[in-house]
Amino acid sequence: MLKIDNLHVYYGAIHAIKGVTLEVQEGSIVTLIGANGAGKTTILRTVSGLERSKMGKIEFMGKDISNLPAPDIVKLGISHVPEGRRVFLGMSVLENLELGAFLSRDKKSIKESLENVFSHFPRLYERRQQIAGTLSGGEQQMLAMGRALMSKPKLMILDEPSMGLAPILVRQIFAIIEEIHKQGTTILLIEQNANMALSLADYGYVLETGKIVMHGRASELLQSEDVKRAYLGGA
Amino acid sequence: MTLGQQILQQLINGISLGSVYALIALGYTMVYGIIRLINFAHGEVFMIGAFVGYFIITLFKLPFILALIFAMIFCALLGIFMERLAYKPLRDAPRIAALMTAVGLSIFFQNLMVYLKWIGASPKAFPRVIEITRFEVIENVYLTSDKILTLGVALVLMLALQYVVHKTKMGKAMRAVSQDKDAAQLMGINVDSTISFTFALGSALAAAGGILYAVSYGKIIYNMGTMPGLKAFVSAVLGGIGSIPGAVAGGMLLGITENAVSAAGMSMLRDAVAFAILILILLIKPTGIFGKNTREKV
Ligand SMILES: Nc1ncnc2c1ncn2[C@@H]1O[C@H](COP(=O)(O)OP(=O)(O)OP(=O)(O)O)[C@@H](O)[C@H]1O
Ligand SMILES: [Mg+2]
Repeated sequence: MLKIDNLHVYYGAIHAIKGVTLEVQEGSIVTLIGANGAGKTTILRTVSGLERSKMGKIEFMGKDISNLPAPDIVKLGISHVPEGRRVFLGMSVLENLELGAFLSRDKKSIKESLENVFSHFPRLYERRQQIAGTLSGGEQQMLAMGRALMSKPKLMILDEPSMGLAPILVRQIFAIIEEIHKQGTTILLIEQNANMALSLADYGYVLETGKIVMHGRASELLQSEDVKRAYLGGA
Repeated sequence: MTLGQQILQQLINGISLGSVYALIALGYTMVYGIIRLINFAHGEVFMIGAFVGYFIITLFKLPFILALIFAMIFCALLGIFMERLAYKPLRDAPRIAALMTAVGLSIFFQNLMVYLKWIGASPKAFPRVIEITRFEVIENVYLTSDKILTLGVALVLMLALQYVVHKTKMGKAMRAVSQDKDAAQLMGINVDSTISFTFALGSALAAAGGILYAVSYGKIIYNMGTMPGLKAFVSAVLGGIGSIPGAVAGGMLLGITENAVSAAGMSMLRDAVAFAILILILLIKPTGIFGKNTREKV
């Protein structure tokens, strides 16, 4: 479904992504793990059209989407839950969700999406009139995910949804990702919480300073000594 | 005439002048909100709006309302053009570059007016578009027809703006882009066209302000945008730059203060007082009256 081939991304002179190749099969959950500054966010931002690549190719459902403008990529069915949530803090929960369906003109379909989001996140329904800036961190994460669901994506990419959340909330968020996946959305998940991400995913990639250093079935990576040492807090 | 009547009269005059400042201030604040730029050429858009209105009325003999609409459309296009040509190429440049460009554009537009044969450097009498009549609201307190026109048009435009910003797709896109450009793009919002739309909206309001100002003052001249432009900028900062209700409140506050200072017999000092108020309010509340104290959850 998503194929990244030999991707190179620079920030000025900084060579942040150095030839990354990865693939997300339709219907799967793929995770990309790696330490701070490895380049995980950069890869996702390039997929969504927020950063330009210098070299390489990004393909989505057989179509070359390299360096397309971000709105066109949303239109094709990729929805991005960005690092740090990035909800519109000055707007209400409902307004945030409506913006998630910005490209849709079909009132009925927007209403359906809204009901779907509220079924995953009853908390958002309770808080629908509240200004997003006054939500708790966990609620903001739910809002960012709900907002991304509003466009009925085929592929949802999530950048560290567990960041800064208490363990119980992290488990809740992961359970919801699983629900969303069961409804037929393919998932690409970035995490520093490698243990949980690999437990959920079918396939995993390990990124180190802009390069994929390992990849394989998630269950195998979970057992790998190298991964254990570097990302799972010892053997 | 009692003191109470005098205060009421000055309040009416102040609100009328203030609504013109508010119309201009809205453009400053919306543009700042979306690209963090003080568009110092905005006062010139106000001036050009007045001139377009003048030509429509004198050359084509069209009624006031059509002149108003046409001038607003003209300036909306001018605003888009200005942004595309002058500011867009500088979007990722240091902020001072865009600021200098704005100042340069302002000088350019003024000089262009002087250079054009049918405009020139001397003032022109703005045609009388409305019979000046006086109504006594209460004893000794008067409302003139031109003030009613100003207030009426300003009110309608502000309500329309409120509707556009909160109820339409473009308005929602504007608010989203001004809060977080990247996140807005991830929603599928086209940032470039949203910025163009913001310039169009702000410039159209400035054009309306220019015509209303010309109706009240009866004269137009190439540099008429400088002082009102500066005052509107002060209004926007007073209200909290980036805030739409703030621009309206700031404009009103400045208009009322100016009239009060003049009425107290110190009309020489009215500009000085306007700027003194700015400094004072910013000392007390640096973000302006409606300014957000940026507190964000991380
Ligand atoms: N806007 C930028 N300008 C310059 N360098 C950048 C920029 N954004 C990221 N980088 C650099 O690119 C590299 C990859 O950053 P990136 O944010 O993609 O890492 P990450 O894996 O997401 O890290 P984290 O886990 O901390 O979120 C880092 O060395 C970072 O310093
Ligand atoms: Mg990151």
